Amino acid sequence: MAHSAVPTTAPAAISPISLKELAPWALFVGVLMLVLLYLVGAEQGATAVFQGDTIHEWMHDGRHLLGFPCH
Amino acid sequence: MNQISPRVLLIRGMLAGLAAGVAAFLVAYLLGESKVDAAIAIEEAGAHDHGDEMAPVSRALQATAGLGTGTLLYGVAIGGIAALVFCYALGRVGRFGPRATALLVSGGLFLTVNLVPFLKYPSNPPAVGDPDTVVQRTTLFVLMIALSVLLAAGALILGRRLAPGLGNWNASIVASLAFVAAIGLAYALLPGINEVPKGFPAALVWEFRITTLTIQVALWATFGLAFGYLAERALVPGATAKKAVQPTG
Repeated sequence: MAHSAVPTTAPAAISPISLKELAPWALFVGVLMLVLLYLVGAEQGATAVFQGDTIHEWMHDGRHLLGFPCH
Repeated sequence: MNQISPRVLLIRGMLAGLAAGVAAFLVAYLLGESKVDAAIAIEEAGAHDHGDEMAPVSRALQATAGLGTGTLLYGVAIGGIAALVFCYALGRVGRFGPRATALLVSGGLFLTVNLVPFLKYPSNPPAVGDPDTVVQRTTLFVLMIALSVLLAAGALILGRRLAPGLGNWNASIVASLAFVAAIGLAYALLPGINEVPKGFPAALVWEFRITTLTIQVALWATFGLAFGYLAERALVPGATAKKAVQPTG
């Protein structure tokens, strides 16, 4: 990273983060966050990866109040 | 303005998301739980109760630790995704600074991920909703969110294309109208769901739905403000240096 040594008083236009740099983060974090949302919102509801209904029951109130279809 | 790694912004996004999750939990606990309890009371008084099946998680746990887990994880996940969108939007949406960009991203995501899907497939309290249709309802809900996000992205691209010819203001109006028309079409074509049992109090459904919307507003507002603050400190070195370095002479 190239740091500019010259302090600017007024913030200049922000340089965008290049897509090439962002892509691996988008993939990794994106998938991780969607898995998290799935666990909170839909696991042991519409589909199930784990057996039983403990996750469903544990997340029950959160699902209803966060707007997910629950049961 | 120096170049920044997405890692810094993503971590801060998840932290701001955690704070947003706390805000969501507080609103959900203080305003939402009474409605959940009221709906469960009606459910249990009704004809088709669940019988005497063992509840693996007690109501007291569901309403506290369970609700806390759900809202905090949801906040972190939403924060991570919103930070990704922010990483893309930063410097690409005109001359907005980090804080304004964070608020724009929060508002835009609230609109597309929550409000637009909510108007077609609103939240429901316990006792509303047939367990046999949960797969269909979940699929339609996710589909509606995906459609809303895709159509919003399409509208943004359309606005961008039209801006040189029409000017920013008019291009934004045309793009917004195109979004509204496309969403209206999606609303009309997708099947409706109404599984409110006969005799279930309409006021309770209304209050529950408004409460869930309030939870989302609290979540996104907290995220937008907290992340804007954290992102600005990461992106604008002067914002912290001004406080950290006191003139000694």
